[in-house]
Amino acid sequence: METHMQPISLTPRRTAKPLALHERWASLGRRIAFFGLLLLIWEAVARAGIWPEYLFPAPSVVARVLLDGIGKGLYLSAAWVSIQRIAVGYAISLAIGLVLGLLIGRVRALNETLGSLVLGLQALPSVCWLPLAILWMGLSERAIIFVVVMGALFSITLGVEAGVKNTPPQYVRAARVLGARGLALYSEVVLPAALPAILSGLKQGWTFAWRSLMAGELLFYTLSLGNLLQVGRDLNDAAQVMAVMVMIVIVGVIIDQLLFAPLEQRVRARWGLGG
Amino acid sequence: MSSTIRIEHVSKSFEAGKPVLRDLNLEIRPSEIVSLLGPSGCGKSTLLRLLSGLERDHEGHLLIDGQEVLAPTRAVGLMFQEPRLLPWLTVRNNILFGLNARDRRQADGLAQELMEQVQLSGCADLLPRQLSGGMAQRVALARALATEPGVLLLDEPFSAVDALTRMRLQELLLSVWQRRRFTMLLVTHDIDEALYLSDRVAVLSGRPATVREIVHVDLPRPRDRRAAEMLRLRAYLLEALRIAGAPQLTGYGTPFGV
Repeated sequence: METHMQPISLTPRRTAKPLALHERWASLGRRIAFFGLLLLIWEAVARAGIWPEYLFPAPSVVARVLLDGIGKGLYLSAAWVSIQRIAVGYAISLAIGLVLGLLIGRVRALNETLGSLVLGLQALPSVCWLPLAILWMGLSERAIIFVVVMGALFSITLGVEAGVKNTPPQYVRAARVLGARGLALYSEVVLPAALPAILSGLKQGWTFAWRSLMAGELLFYTLSLGNLLQVGRDLNDAAQVMAVMVMIVIVGVIIDQLLFAPLEQRVRARWGLGG
Repeated sequence: MSSTIRIEHVSKSFEAGKPVLRDLNLEIRPSEIVSLLGPSGCGKSTLLRLLSGLERDHEGHLLIDGQEVLAPTRAVGLMFQEPRLLPWLTVRNNILFGLNARDRRQADGLAQELMEQVQLSGCADLLPRQLSGGMAQRVALARALATEPGVLLLDEPFSAVDALTRMRLQELLLSVWQRRRFTMLLVTHDIDEALYLSDRVAVLSGRPATVREIVHVDLPRPRDRRAAEMLRLRAYLLEALRIAGAPQLTGYGTPFGV
């Protein structure tokens, strides 16, 4: 396992190689140029008047609608409703997924039975649960949360399972020799060793949850991001549909960048996985 | 604190009819250092794993201070070929891993003391990935000693570092042993290492492993690796090892006289 042959020394190994500053600026510049060009083409096509504006609005129009929606607080309240829903749904998936993944990963009988069920259900797009959710719970808050849970749960479960299954046995043996056993062995060795894999499961679960939520909200007439899309359609207002789509991307990216990216980066760095 | 190890008629096989160890006998006195020298794959590591309680289902008796080994205990420390530090814990917390929460209140002093003894003072807050191979193995030594075991088992502990580092680690190990006087059983295939460290060297045969011969190294420490007596013993052990490694079941010796 240990392949590094280094002389005994007190100088710590160099750990991170920072990306040169000018590299970062160049990368940023390329991105800005790309998106700028994209918007310009879109604007030009829209202004050419090939399609009516209510179907194909220019980005400037979409931006105005978006700023207007945010300025009036409408989009923000809608986003807040959606965020609350996803928080509840995701928390439930997290609690169930952690336990389920741990059990499936460590108990062979459960792996053979529950494990294959989870694997099968994961292949099912979460929107497919929507009709059933409405039948069982009506057009309700609970139906939407249910769909979110179904979207996130299996990814999280499989992530935890993969992590726990692939815990290096060397760590477990080293810990056992030091007297760790039972629950302590799980909480102090198996779970921490699995954390990087668990985190990728959590991240994937989050993206699935966000998608499921939008699908669920399309059907449900209360103020929410998904529902604003539907309203835009009803009003034949493509500009609003697009503005809300942008809003959904923004919220999604913000949560991803603020919550998951730093968490993943810190764990990977600490665990010595680079990144 | 140091313990007696008694290995009595120990046999072990993973597959029926293919024994790894056969009728192995060895007694190690408190504070003694014994090396097991033998061809690769002869079952040396299996014996250590049995003694540490990681492996079970053997015949015969494994006794530490008269107590049968049934499961891993803190009375027996084991150092692996690789450091096996937990990458998410700092050096200090790796060292203190084996102590339970109650002990940890007084643990800082112990960690400090151990880090001094393995010459890692000031490295408490580093993470394993920041350590060189030799440093990591010293942390592993400190970790194995944190529970103050009476027995330290070492499974080719310095085979993954370069020659110079290996020699320094051997000296360090002896200096720690001189303070703490634990009983040591060391598996190695490095004759020089066995001679430098041990009071006795047990030469094992190839599979199934039995003790072929026990060589006493009655030289004061610190030893001069190039002393005439060391060189003589080295030649002797090399020969013993060659004979021990030869196939046993043929009645003719090896065809090419290797």
